[in-house]
Amino acid sequence: MDNTLFKQYQQMLKKEKRFVRLYQLIILLVFFGGWELLSRFGWIDRLIFSSPTYVWQTFIEKVSDGSITLHVGVTLMETVIGFIAGTLLGTLIASVLWWSPLLSKVLDPYLVILNAMPKVALGPILIVALGPGYFSIIAMGALISIIITTIVVYTAFKGVDPNYSKVLQTFGATRWQIFREVILPASFPTIISTLKVNVGLSWVGVIVGEFLVSSKGLGYLIIYGFQVFNFNLVLMSLLIIAFFATIMYQVVELIEKAIIKK
Amino acid sequence: MGFLKLEHIHHSYFSNTQAKEVLRNINLEIREGEFVSFIGPSGCGKTTLLSIIAGLFPSTDGNVYIDGEEISAQNKSLIGYMLQQDYLFPWKTIEENVTIGLKIMERSNKTHKVTANALLREVGLPHVGSNFPRELSGGMRQRVALARTLAVNPKILLLDEPFSALDYQSKLKLEDLVVETLKAYQKTAILVTHDIGEAIAMSERVFLFSANPGSLHRVFEIPETLRKLSPFDVRQHPAYSDVFQTIWKELESLG
Repeated sequence: MDNTLFKQYQQMLKKEKRFVRLYQLIILLVFFGGWELLSRFGWIDRLIFSSPTYVWQTFIEKVSDGSITLHVGVTLMETVIGFIAGTLLGTLIASVLWWSPLLSKVLDPYLVILNAMPKVALGPILIVALGPGYFSIIAMGALISIIITTIVVYTAFKGVDPNYSKVLQTFGATRWQIFREVILPASFPTIISTLKVNVGLSWVGVIVGEFLVSSKGLGYLIIYGFQVFNFNLVLMSLLIIAFFATIMYQVVELIEKAIIKK
Repeated sequence: MGFLKLEHIHHSYFSNTQAKEVLRNINLEIREGEFVSFIGPSGCGKTTLLSIIAGLFPSTDGNVYIDGEEISAQNKSLIGYMLQQDYLFPWKTIEENVTIGLKIMERSNKTHKVTANALLREVGLPHVGSNFPRELSGGMRQRVALARTLAVNPKILLLDEPFSALDYQSKLKLEDLVVETLKAYQKTAILVTHDIGEAIAMSERVFLFSANPGSLHRVFEIPETLRKLSPFDVRQHPAYSDVFQTIWKELESLG
């Protein structure tokens, strides 16, 4: 009896999952199909909004002349490094603030200002200071996520139940031991969730950086396409960015699962 | 000469609006191997006193001596502290949780596993070493916390309402286990509790504190006949309710 009910329940779950997948697929098809039709019948301006077939043709062109791998490679490298640097540095600063409560009190208003300020506005200064190359773009990708990582992770450090620290203090633990054994592991879930936010932020930083430096990368392709009024190119770059941003997000989720499971 | 000796302990908490006196002139002595309880109304500073004995922070005035040595933030004696909840680290296995104290004190790694296994057997949980805390019940987790506290071989055990978060059945069982284990290891222990019954059942002496500011009101000697029994049996003994009444009335008189 229980067994048949359980099987029914499992089948229901399966059915629901299939239903969800089906509608997700339908939305995708409607989006691209509708886009294609609208532009083919001239209801939207093909020059501005392009169409899936044109985007695809552009993509094939760029793949066959090999230029796309270069642009994607450059942007991806910049984003991944910027993302990792931003998260690590943010966590490091948060640790320093946790270490010295006095320093964190002193720096508090500056963190608020830095967080409120649009970091991309620093782009021109970065480019002048670090030179118009990979380095300044990576710096943009990192900079955009450092402050918010610092604030979120520091809040998580402070939010750890003080009784866990008390347990170690009764064993005579040093501050470093408390940090390593309690504060850091207890904050891992928060650090992982800032990773998810930072994936999106790093893309923003890197693309804007490429807008400004304009020599290589998907951000460069977008700006170039805009300047020569080739919107096939712009939309193609956008779709590629969406694709890789999603993959990065999925990778972070896999890491999360691996760590939380542990 | 007492094993633990408190001399003229005063303590005040400061906030930006006021200074609040929480402990006033506490003097007491506890013998080696003795089990005593601190009871009293909320706000009588029991937990503060425990933290001072543990050396977690210094008292505003007065001295603490354990085994003849003065305790301060720089010179902490080896104490074991059990809290209201188990506070096992959820990301560590039971074995790692039990040996965390040894790890902090950087004793050689080889003996850890042996110690952990022996202690877990002692508290009646021989096969859970590789499990994680979430896989254990509340009573089992508190038993692991006891093992963790004993692992560092502390001179004195401070139990801050360790049974208050447990269901009644687990609580009774754990009381027996704690008394039995501490007797076997001949440990000196202080239990802070709200529960008069628990204090009578487990200890040899009961220290009653009054609040605002916290000071030592009276000390009750538990009769010899009850001391020899396990906590569970004490609760069944005819003499138990007399002692309970005496302490209850005294506690009531404090308001």
